[in-house]
Amino acid sequence: MMCRADGDQDSDPDPEEPPDDDQTFSALLEDSIEDLYENAPCGYLSTLLDGQIAKVNTTLLNWLGYKRTDLVGRRKFSDLLTVGGRLYHETHFAPLLRMQGTISGIALELRAADGSRLPVLVTSTVKAGMDGRPLLIRTTIFDARDRRAYEQELLRTRQEAERERERLQQLATTLQKTLLPPALENVPGLDVAAYYHIASIDEVGGDFYDLFPLAAGTWGLFLGDVCGKGAEAAAVTSLARYTLRAAAVYDPDPAAVLSNLNTVLYHEYDGTDPRFCTVVFGLLTPDGGQGGFRITLASGGHPPALLLCADGTADYLPTPGGQLIGVLPDAHIATITLRLDPGDTLLLHTDGLTEAHTAIRGERYGGEALLDFARTLAPTTAQGAVTAVRDLLDTFGTGVDDDTAVLAVHVPRADREEQQ
Amino acid sequence: MDVRSRNHVRVSGRPGGPVVMLAHGFGCDQNLWRLVVPALEREFTVVLFDHVGAGRSDLSAWSEDRYSSMDGYVDDVLEICRELDLGPVTFVGHSVSATMGVLAAARHPEYFAGLVLLAPSPCFIDDPAAGYHGGFSAEDIEELLQSLDANYLGWSGAMAPVIMGNPERPELGQELTNSFCATDPEIARVFARVTFLSDNRTDLAQVAVPTLVAQCSSDAIAPPEVGAFVHARIRGSQLITLNATGHCPQLSAPEETAQAIAAFARTLR
Repeated sequence: MMCRADGDQDSDPDPEEPPDDDQTFSALLEDSIEDLYENAPCGYLSTLLDGQIAKVNTTLLNWLGYKRTDLVGRRKFSDLLTVGGRLYHETHFAPLLRMQGTISGIALELRAADGSRLPVLVTSTVKAGMDGRPLLIRTTIFDARDRRAYEQELLRTRQEAERERERLQQLATTLQKTLLPPALENVPGLDVAAYYHIASIDEVGGDFYDLFPLAAGTWGLFLGDVCGKGAEAAAVTSLARYTLRAAAVYDPDPAAVLSNLNTVLYHEYDGTDPRFCTVVFGLLTPDGGQGGFRITLASGGHPPALLLCADGTADYLPTPGGQLIGVLPDAHIATITLRLDPGDTLLLHTDGLTEAHTAIRGERYGGEALLDFARTLAPTTAQGAVTAVRDLLDTFGTGVDDDTAVLAVHVPRADREEQQ
Repeated sequence: MDVRSRNHVRVSGRPGGPVVMLAHGFGCDQNLWRLVVPALEREFTVVLFDHVGAGRSDLSAWSEDRYSSMDGYVDDVLEICRELDLGPVTFVGHSVSATMGVLAAARHPEYFAGLVLLAPSPCFIDDPAAGYHGGFSAEDIEELLQSLDANYLGWSGAMAPVIMGNPERPELGQELTNSFCATDPEIARVFARVTFLSDNRTDLAQVAVPTLVAQCSSDAIAPPEVGAFVHARIRGSQLITLNATGHCPQLSAPEETAQAIAAFARTLR
């Protein structure tokens, strides 16, 4: 069609003339108000204030299959609705119309004479008389079959998406649980507590911890953080956990345990998708008759542990030079050995805590602030320390964007007089 | 929990006057009473509130657990009475709130000088075995719940951000049309279930405070038999039929409704 103009110069001029100019012009003017009302492309309905139908157009009668005499003066607007629609009309539509004088775009279903249903969108306004008192309700009704089908499809997919999300969250929660001990081992002469803060219920985090018996009088503990989140990180977490447990049985020396984990992770992910983690592993043994414990900590690139002493002081236990586990064929592991005296508390954490954005200025919380926090806390108990960190995390709210694990080990005083 | 802001409680009218507490039903909020309040304020202390989940109540106080039965709402009514400590009130409950008034008065009659049950229905669903005509079949009610779903898209998209309150987006703070009846669709669905699936017929006999049953002459939701049933089950109650049509006489005939409430409340002094 677009190319026709160039060769058609000689064709006959259009000989046709409009047979009746006036008629066409009149049709264009739409000067029959009555016809415009009766055969408008939407339904028109006027009712008295109590809903009694006073006037209805031909379009609506045709849609519903009623005769004018079936409706005018005999039925109410709400009689045309389905039962559910009638309840909705009484509890929402009518009160709103009374209060606002107008209501628009309400989705309802009309019942046709043959029992079939017509999805419609309804808009009503109240017409007031000269004195301002309401007289009539005018209503326009649009056929909404296509739109309703489309909406129902949207609704269905939205509900499906919500169900999927719930399923995913449940799966993530379950998976998370399998990566953490259901309860901490009871160590005679020690008070232990742990807490795991989940940053997002949609994803499995990569933090982990455990405390478990080794040979008689010896306990192993670890706390770590796998890089990344989600199912892939969970697989590494699982591998790291079981490797640590097995390696500790094979050779409980903390540096050896982390070296073995390093070898396993390095071989497992020596390819396109390197996975690594930071871990601190500790070996606990009773030390002397005064209730103290000896602990050797080995760290592979993990934030230093905190020692909250019985005398109210607190400081980091530096393990400098420890390297990430799983990146290099021979990672350097840093160790430190110390004595936990009665009243002392050892606190291990992952960097979700120090990396959290504070509520005040959105800055990261940081290691300095955590040390200050520990100093105000000391001396404390395992549960005291864990609860305090939990409360601290709560004050950050959504500022905690990574999972956080904390594990605390405390040697109770002999007289059992614990300070808060 | 601050009860006054939770339920957006507002007290107006004559200080020290007899107290009339107006409770809205399923669908809208305390605005439903706005044509009735001026007539009552001259003589009474008027207490208005929104049920949690409706109007300007604190939506963060809503939980499915608390508000999926009549008890959560009844607890709220009693807590408001306790918090305001204005002495025994004349409780005016519209529709489902009439049932809440019945349950509240059964538990703590000392809080109530009297009850006005406006267009009440203790059970919307027919019980042919007991000869009870509530006006709806179970399938009818199921259909209502579905029609709430049909407005789900419109409500959640256009209404929810407004009623959730968005201080960082002031353009959403303006009162939109339909906002009186706007409810989070999830909340509306739960409240609809409480309203239309509850059966509190046996609780009526527990009411021991003076009670006025005021029904409408043509009500698509609470037919006249239901008003008569409520009257018969509450000992010593009075029954009046308002000329008002529809289910919301406080809007369709505010003067008549206010007059009926005031006349009854006066007899309780």
